[in-house]
Amino acid sequence: MVKFITFISTFLVFAFGSANADPKKVGFIYIGPPGDHGWTYMHDVGRKYMESQLGDSITSTYIENVPENADAVRAIRKLADSGHDLIFTTSFNYMDQTHEVAKDFPDIKFEHATGYIQADNVATYSARFYEGRMIEGHIAGHMSKTGTIGYIASFPIPEVVRGINAFYLAAAKVNPDIKMKIIWVFTWYDPGKEADAANTLINQGADIIVQHTDTYAPCQAAQKAGVFAFGQASNQEDFCPDAHLTSIEDIWGPYYADRAKAVVDGTWSSGDTWDGMDKGMVVMSPYNNKLMPASLIQEAVNMEVGIKDGTLHPFTGPIYNQAGELVVPEGEVAPDGMLLGMNFYVQGIDGEVPQ
Amino acid sequence: MSIELIVGILEIILIATTPLVFAGIGELVTEKSGVLNLGVEGMMLVGAVTAFVTLVITGSYFLAFLISVLSGVVMSGLFAILVLFLMSNQIATGLALTIFGIGLSSMLGKEYIGTPIDGLSPWFFVIFSFVIVFLISYFFYKTKMGLILRAVGESHNSAHALGYSVIKIRFLSILFGGSMCALAGSYISICYAPMWQEGMTAGRGWIALALVVFATWKPERVLIGAYIFGGVTILQMNLQALGLRFPGQFFSMAPYIATIVVLVFISSNRLRIKLSAPASLTIPFYKGR
Repeated sequence: MVKFITFISTFLVFAFGSANADPKKVGFIYIGPPGDHGWTYMHDVGRKYMESQLGDSITSTYIENVPENADAVRAIRKLADSGHDLIFTTSFNYMDQTHEVAKDFPDIKFEHATGYIQADNVATYSARFYEGRMIEGHIAGHMSKTGTIGYIASFPIPEVVRGINAFYLAAAKVNPDIKMKIIWVFTWYDPGKEADAANTLINQGADIIVQHTDTYAPCQAAQKAGVFAFGQASNQEDFCPDAHLTSIEDIWGPYYADRAKAVVDGTWSSGDTWDGMDKGMVVMSPYNNKLMPASLIQEAVNMEVGIKDGTLHPFTGPIYNQAGELVVPEGEVAPDGMLLGMNFYVQGIDGEVPQ
Repeated sequence: MSIELIVGILEIILIATTPLVFAGIGELVTEKSGVLNLGVEGMMLVGAVTAFVTLVITGSYFLAFLISVLSGVVMSGLFAILVLFLMSNQIATGLALTIFGIGLSSMLGKEYIGTPIDGLSPWFFVIFSFVIVFLISYFFYKTKMGLILRAVGESHNSAHALGYSVIKIRFLSILFGGSMCALAGSYISICYAPMWQEGMTAGRGWIALALVVFATWKPERVLIGAYIFGGVTILQMNLQALGLRFPGQFFSMAPYIATIVVLVFISSNRLRIKLSAPASLTIPFYKGR
């Protein structure tokens, strides 16, 4: 029987050729719902872009609200078992789970977002969001009247710590006395808790709210309290037009289309991709010209140009850590290795990174 | 520390804790009648989405809360029919209700994600949450009906033998619990974080369930417990923002640890179990016997 099926399928392949080959199946694992208007939303926008670019040669599915624990193994395995050819796992803490499943399915390609460990069939990819944080920091340095910034952080992973440092370095360049108040909420997604954190920071004197969590609750809280905020992951100006200065947008579409096409063509290979503004993976939302002076908007735009052409780097020395040790010498920029593993605050930030 | 800072902290604690009080007190009434409904999270989500959608469509806050409470009645009514008449297992049915609620709320809210609304001031509900705890406490310990409800939860056979309708009393208790859970959900989507996002209650239903155990099934302790849980979260945020080193992870799990400690404490002694938990909790009632 098996032989017969093999014969038939071989016959079919020869008869119809590759033009009628089954579409490749691309699966996504999402940490939240696609409707969060933040992190997951932008991955879903990327997925749809990929579909629109590749048409009939692929189909795609996703599993949403997958927790970053053993459940993720089940979810990833489910996609692998159901014949997916390429699987994107779109959160940092899916790292071990992705590799666990990938080991059992050597023929399936995996892509782990914001991770740093590769395998033959596991590639990693991320965007240099910290470039956007630098611009936000610069804007905050000019826009803050109280000199106090409130920063809502999610989990103490390098990605988040890097954002805090990039933001602070740029803000402190404008206003050396600027203070950062940081709250770690230990969740990516909890509108209530994110609003609590924003209100707590505002109550303690912050007049600019920065978030590294996924919903627009902090921006809404800022609007209600009459202070400014930066959105996260997608353009959030519709939800808080009187508070929203700009957002860092994650643009995944072209990358997803590229990688899916590589699988269709059979040219996929593992690797690490870490693109930024120059490749259009990180984009700033329109600057709010009702709140920001034109000169400041111009400065921000100039910074974008500088970052794109490589003349401006958020981590340009001299940079000291909290202990006062020189970590990046004058005139040099921090190497990617340091950025990828960043787990310390730079000098000037109070408090410690939670361990 | 200035007065404004402290007042501000208290405000945030009050706003953040109110949904826990509503859901906790609703579940408490249900459990006092001898029924464990694990569907709190699901009912909260459905309450949150129905309130939000109603507000977007009609623009009326009153209708939003009304429809939301009705949705809680329908959801818990479904649960009540299953466990009271069809004798299904309460724990399995409650879990199913949560899973159903998560799915149903996502489906109902699909078109409304990211629709901006004007949030409502939370203060009426904050005050109402205190009033309702007081009323429930009065009802349980000062009225005949309250005594009957507790009797049904302690020993349904005795209550039945005395001529009380166990099924009717449990049905109403479950409906009350459901409506309070839905109210908690609508408070979240209309007042606390005015938006609809899938799964936006983010586990508060489970904290409310833990709260009832933590409170050893006493209304005023539900209030105290809720404020301990809510207060600790907000206080640690304040300490973090003041630059003090603080294990935030620990406080994310604090409600659950506290509940386990209380559970261990009350189950360490037979008498204490008897004095705390309703004796007929989760035990189905068969009229024939």
